[in-house]
Amino acid sequence: MPLLEIRNLQIEFGRAPSALRAVDGVSLTLAAGQTLGLVGESGSGKSVTALSIARLLPSPPAFYAGGEILLEGRDVLKMKPAELRGIRGGVVSCVFQEPGASLNPVFRIGAQIKESLKLHRPEAATDAEVIRLLKLVGIPAPEARLKSYPHEMSGGMQQRVMIAMALAPRPKLLVADEPTTALDVTIQAQIIELLARLRGQLGMAILLITHNLGIVGDLADQVAVMYAGQIVETAPALDLLRQPLHPYTQALMNSVPRMDGDARRLQAIPGGVPQLGAWPSGCHFHPRCPRAQPACSQTAPNLLEVAPGRQVRCPFWNSPVPRPHDAK
Amino acid sequence: MSDPLLEVKDLKVHFPVNAGPFLRPKDFVKAVDGVSFTIAPGETVGLVGESGCGKTTLGRAIVRLVEATSGQVLFEGEDLTQLSGSALRAHRRRFQMIFQDPHGSLDPRATVAASIGEALDIHKLAPGAGSRRARVESLLKDVGLDPCHAERYPHEFSGGQRQRIGIARALAVEPELIVCDEPVSALDVSVQAQIVNLLRDLQEEHGMAYLFVAHDLAVVRHLSRRILVMYLGRIVEAGEARETCRTPKHPYTQALISAVPVTDPDSKRQRIILGGDVPSPIHPPTGCPFHPRCPVAEARCKLEVPALREVESGRWAACHLAG
Repeated sequence: MPLLEIRNLQIEFGRAPSALRAVDGVSLTLAAGQTLGLVGESGSGKSVTALSIARLLPSPPAFYAGGEILLEGRDVLKMKPAELRGIRGGVVSCVFQEPGASLNPVFRIGAQIKESLKLHRPEAATDAEVIRLLKLVGIPAPEARLKSYPHEMSGGMQQRVMIAMALAPRPKLLVADEPTTALDVTIQAQIIELLARLRGQLGMAILLITHNLGIVGDLADQVAVMYAGQIVETAPALDLLRQPLHPYTQALMNSVPRMDGDARRLQAIPGGVPQLGAWPSGCHFHPRCPRAQPACSQTAPNLLEVAPGRQVRCPFWNSPVPRPHDAK
Repeated sequence: MSDPLLEVKDLKVHFPVNAGPFLRPKDFVKAVDGVSFTIAPGETVGLVGESGCGKTTLGRAIVRLVEATSGQVLFEGEDLTQLSGSALRAHRRRFQMIFQDPHGSLDPRATVAASIGEALDIHKLAPGAGSRRARVESLLKDVGLDPCHAERYPHEFSGGQRQRIGIARALAVEPELIVCDEPVSALDVSVQAQIVNLLRDLQEEHGMAYLFVAHDLAVVRHLSRRILVMYLGRIVEAGEARETCRTPKHPYTQALISAVPVTDPDSKRQRIILGGDVPSPIHPPTGCPFHPRCPVAEARCKLEVPALREVESGRWAACHLAG
């Protein structure tokens, strides 16, 4: 049994008839100890999917319109509040993008980490355990840092505190939602290295949400690429980076300037990411797709299994690209 | 080399901190601390560094949005830091700025035509309603927007489109230099490339110079002919863009380049992970400001401040050990 299995998840904001669909039939599986990268641009539904795992979306306005989220075989969407409190932290913990906004500014960080321990491991709610956790996430002089307020720490240190807090209840799954996006590159490299070390040390699974394909290559075993509420491609991380199959994944990789490439024009994707509620008919990517056929605007493509462990939501993934797309 | 369009000489921008009313400030944030460089006409110079290194302040000091504490900013030989009033306003036509946040830098209550037209009005570049409208429409076309959008408001556009409006506004006065402060950082990956290509096309067409300020090395390298790397208010490395990225001379640049996540899983690079954080610019470390995080620091790095020196033809680094 996988640790996490999401089946055909559908999430809407608002009530019919004006409901806006944000997640449109997402299915994912994540085995214990594995790392899954969920990649997409803003509005793709990746964060909404991630938040729904611990049912952290405020409802209303969010509604779970369909599907199942099985965490250790139990459906999170059917749980009672008391059960939810048990899995939040106990089974799944979250780290968010802005550590400065996630920490409470008026409490010392020692007290904030201890709060997490009191809820889930009351016997371990001691200064010694907090110091051990701070040491685990690589904070220098943890004894002195117990009494620090969040504003006294840098962004990188705050994110380490967030990770310590998330790890305190010993979760089996860490959901990391853009954990390095707000940080500088040299600090980003520190946090990625920390997550890789902790995964090995503690054996937990990680669901890594990011818009940066480079980070996926550093951490993830498996990748799912999202676009406009749907998964358009899943593959083992290295296979995806070596040979992306979906036109969107290919276009995304071609539009990023490379450190070793030549100074040719970037191959930009024309148009913009479609707004919530204004998704195109048929394939959501067809207005921006260099391979689009007339049929793409009518029939919604299904995820096709094209190789073991590789799925692509495009019936024309194997047909040749007409010519490099170049938008002004 | 031809005469530079812009020459920055030993520029310093210090902000007072810990000053109460009637009190003399005790400390200064040395945001920019003795920076010198030149930009040739039509050239793109990239300025990279992490948050807090002073790159935005440097860009703003050049266009006189913050006042320099000392030093000179020579624009075709004329010192911008000494200008004021109408002389400064007249010069402002020649250098413009594009900002990071396309939401914050456009007036939400002004239509696109009003935002772009204001620049034309101030510099009296399009007298008469007809020529003003024609100019706004041609600018919108230049940046890839539909001219019929001129009467819309900023909230009706996506982030990428808003950034195009900001670019059109900067172009309106036909500047010779545009300071681009993180123009693509707030945009989605798939839209970034559109704006990067647009900036290149406009430069080919109009021939203005760019000072391209960004933290994303790959984008800077893609656009720039030369790169300046900043750390704690100083330039630590300068040189030709591709050579600097291929064989960085300063240990900080080496770490910065190795930390950029790459999408090529088969790349053989060795990642250098720097310890610690960027130190406070109020009390920067003694000697070389990078020495506490430097993997190769020696005893003298704690004592002597390294000067920016030419370690190889066309390659400059502020490191005792580079060369």
